[in-house]
Amino acid sequence: MVTNVTNFSRSGLSDWLIQQVSAAILALYALFMVGYFLLHPQLDYVTWHGFFSQTWMRIFSLLAFIALSAHAWVGLWTVITDYIKPTRLRFGAQVVLIIAIFVFLVWAIQILWGA
Amino acid sequence: MLQVSIYRYNPETDSAPYMQEFQVDTQGRDIMVLNVLELIKQQDSSMAYRRSCREGVCGSDGMNINGTNGLACITPLSAVVKNNKLTLRPLPGLPVVRDLVVDMGIFYKQYERIQPYLQNDTTPPAIERLQSPEERDKLDGLYECILCACCSTSCPSFWWNPDKFVGPAGLLQAYRFLADSRDTAARERLAELEDPFSVFRCRGIMNCVAVCPKGLNPTRAIGKIRELLMENAT
Repeated sequence: MVTNVTNFSRSGLSDWLIQQVSAAILALYALFMVGYFLLHPQLDYVTWHGFFSQTWMRIFSLLAFIALSAHAWVGLWTVITDYIKPTRLRFGAQVVLIIAIFVFLVWAIQILWGA
Repeated sequence: MLQVSIYRYNPETDSAPYMQEFQVDTQGRDIMVLNVLELIKQQDSSMAYRRSCREGVCGSDGMNINGTNGLACITPLSAVVKNNKLTLRPLPGLPVVRDLVVDMGIFYKQYERIQPYLQNDTTPPAIERLQSPEERDKLDGLYECILCACCSTSCPSFWWNPDKFVGPAGLLQAYRFLADSRDTAARERLAELEDPFSVFRCRGIMNCVAVCPKGLNPTRAIGKIRELLMENAT
């Protein structure tokens, strides 16, 4: 057993499962958005705003953002532990990563519900 | 004349490793890479490499042959040589002791970590623990591993974290004991593998499958370990 404290869930199995599920959610969201753009070639602000003021769309978007946050944490934590060997530098990079993900997530929530 | 380029390094006399060129007369025959090394040894007796059984059973002469890991003794020149050139390097990712000889310490340490022996806490029967033919079949494709380290040293995850990621060879053996009907320590074994490094550093690129001289499939065994972990934990 190798111990870890900065990865997403403290468990390799759990991280792996989250990575699979979040990837499926992100694929679904991406396909949905591409479909939306194809169906609305002359998209204007009013339509776009109306689309995002519906509760289900906000929930779906938030789900995608949370999936993206978890996916990025698991994936980039792995990359950081692969390539950054000095402990202080590695831990520093992990802290920056986690704070950045947190900021982007809160910002996304504000955008979704703020407008 | 075959052009052979060999990685040379003697830490006692060389400040850095270098490649040395040799010309070998194969007399037009399709001999094994190990035979070429023996012919070179006659030219330069200071050349160091490991070998023993010369028939792909002992796993001593794993090395990097024209960029791909393999056993020198069962790799014919026709399978690897292009443009009459053969390049031999030690297995990547392990410390070099001398020339083509590497220090396999960390590889064996990971093997040791998965407790590669049967564990059974029930009372032993008078003669032996029996298996049905079906139970025995589950060990095929797992027990044949000779620990030559060709797979683990071709795996980038093992290069980056050889102290934490068990590596394909160790994980194939981990599954060999998880799949054994006579072993009762599955739960303890799985608990040791559940962290983000030991098993989950595998990214499924299958270099291990591509190089295994025995035709084994560590990626499939790793997938089975993940399945067992899922069954146990969901």
